[in-house]
Amino acid sequence: MHALVFIKQVPDASQVRVNYETGTIIREGVPAILNPFEAHAVEEAVRLRSKYGGKVTVLTMGPPQATEALKECLSRGADKAYLLSNRIFAGSDTLATSYALFEGAKKIIELEGEVDLFFAGKQAIDGDTAQTGPGIATRFDIPLVTYLIKLDEVDFEEKRAVATRLTEFGQETLQVPLPAFFTVEETLNELSHSPLPWLIKAARAKFEKLSGENVKLDSEQCGLKHSPTRVKKAFTPEKRQRGETLTGSTEELVFKTSDILMPFLKKDLQHGQND
Amino acid sequence: MGKTIDFTEKELDEISSYKNIWVFIEQTGGVAHPVSFELLTKARELAKQLDCQVGSVAIGRSVSHLADDVFRFGADKFYIVEDEIFKDYRTEPFRDTLSDLVRKFKPEIFLIGATTQGRDLSGTVATELKTGLTADTTKQEIDPETGMLLMTRPTFGGSLMATIICPKHRPQMSTVRPGVFKAIPVEHPEKGEIIRGKTDLTEDKIVKKILKKVVSSEGNINLGFYDVIVAGGKGMGSKDHFNMIKELAELLGGTWAGSRKAVESGYAPQSRQVGQTGQTVHAKLYIACGISGAIQHLVGMQTSAVIISVNTDQNAPIFDVSTYCIVEDAIRFIPKLIGELKKQKLTAVSYEH
Ligand SMILES: Cc1cc2nc3c(=O)[nH]c(=O)nc-3n(C[C@H](O)[C@H](O)[C@H](O)COP(=O)(O)OP(=O)(O)OC[C@H]3O[C@@H](n4cnc5c(N)ncnc54)[C@H](O)[C@@H]3O)c2cc1C
Repeated sequence: MHALVFIKQVPDASQVRVNYETGTIIREGVPAILNPFEAHAVEEAVRLRSKYGGKVTVLTMGPPQATEALKECLSRGADKAYLLSNRIFAGSDTLATSYALFEGAKKIIELEGEVDLFFAGKQAIDGDTAQTGPGIATRFDIPLVTYLIKLDEVDFEEKRAVATRLTEFGQETLQVPLPAFFTVEETLNELSHSPLPWLIKAARAKFEKLSGENVKLDSEQCGLKHSPTRVKKAFTPEKRQRGETLTGSTEELVFKTSDILMPFLKKDLQHGQND
Repeated sequence: MGKTIDFTEKELDEISSYKNIWVFIEQTGGVAHPVSFELLTKARELAKQLDCQVGSVAIGRSVSHLADDVFRFGADKFYIVEDEIFKDYRTEPFRDTLSDLVRKFKPEIFLIGATTQGRDLSGTVATELKTGLTADTTKQEIDPETGMLLMTRPTFGGSLMATIICPKHRPQMSTVRPGVFKAIPVEHPEKGEIIRGKTDLTEDKIVKKILKKVVSSEGNINLGFYDVIVAGGKGMGSKDHFNMIKELAELLGGTWAGSRKAVESGYAPQSRQVGQTGQTVHAKLYIACGISGAIQHLVGMQTSAVIISVNTDQNAPIFDVSTYCIVEDAIRFIPKLIGELKKQKLTAVSYEH
């Protein structure tokens, strides 16, 4: 079994700064974490490995600082971590990102062998777009299973998987041939504690580097300049003002609140009578 | 920023070959998702500014019966592809069929609901078409100078808003969460044109098979439908105490909801969660009981017209977005309020008889 997990290092949302010149986020200097959904993706891949043998590879695209998240993946049991870095990626939107990761993944297949299962989080908590995974799956032209909550069955002989995903109305269970692409929910599994050897391995880890030097990249599809979408303007949302603090005894507060609610109560009564 | 974007002659030709605004009519088992009509209403407003038409597109086993509703909410055209293979939503056949329609009819703007299905579909269609996609937009406007679509969306869990454009690629695609826009039928609906498409796909060419579907017992609730929402948080203390949340909601003709911690504590199902990883609501009245007001919660409710909050902590961040702040123990306060409202209701009824 070979699982490839796409992971993203995301800035801690509470410490965001913005480059108003380019309208992009400044990631440098902001504490970074592994996108929470992807911790579960790595966990699932590692569990598959302990059952079926094989290996788990992780890949991220980002600046050289993005190695913290890769380290966490290794401590969670991944075998090898790849960092895809290149200046020309700066400012990539989701289309350009899925292109770069697609090329990076092809290189990993060349180096590490065919991949049976691709994983990613259902979305990244910084951008929240949920587009990169579906984008990569489309580029590989393999089946996509989003919002994965359970891998019911994986059959490496028959090369197929049975998987359950969330839908708008509940759940559905699908059968797909492998390789397939899964984006995962947090409820897919519970994270395990890392055994000491994994932690040691992560601390000493060396990362495999991918860049324009060893990956064939079409610069016409990379970075800000070749991203279809642009940030025209970034701004902090208008804050509401704190309104009136009601004062008085509990009884007085009940009367005051009930007065405020009267229009809604009356409307409800009218409804009732018209029915 | 502020920089003008240069276009080549060829780029301009390409762009001007795209016209009209499309809305994806999401349906399951022949029932349209309400977000489709919310988007049609928005599309109508944008189309007026661009002086173009509104197209709608549905794919399914049987979707023709949706035509009346689609026209009632302002579509000029309804593109339909019906086939047995579309009985259930599956990414790949929907992606390929929809991408083909877009290549053929070239809409300038394409709006899709940011539902589980819409998010699954839009990312693959945009990649297939190699165009830009802006997810979860909360505002859509036409730039009067350039005629481009300005798509505004929250990022970083709502701490930052970004206005996105897609200057050189068409269609300009974006998804919108249910409940962000209101669905308003047109006053004098006209019968639009129905255009039927065909598919070459056959079941044997589709590798993904659906084995089982389970509709959750809680069902699917669209909080965006309701004018009044009473929401409870971790501060309600127990699932039993949520009964007062439900009762108050019912008295006010609304529905009830919860924060993520309320969901995690088992007080409310995930389908009723408000916020970044739940639903977005724009209620006329939002009552928050025992909710602290974390940014991830606020992004889901802070555009409500009137917000009333009950919290024991006078410095709870929820108060910073509240119209009325009540510093009280909700577990004691809400039952008293319910009692008073019931009394008022009785008096009101006896008056009218
Ligand atoms: C990626 C991510 C996504 C998230 N998405 C969401 C989301 O979609 N929706 C969401 O809600 N949260 C979300 N959260 C979680 C969010 O950060 C908060 O943890 C959560 O909203 C807190 O819920 P709460 O207000 O019910 O609980 P708490 O923060 O624990 O607040 C409880 C409040 O109740 C008050 N209280 C206690 N007792 C009483 C009483 N007797 N009467 C009145 N008040 C009382 C307390 O003063 C306190 O203010 C997300 C977090 C992350 C990291």
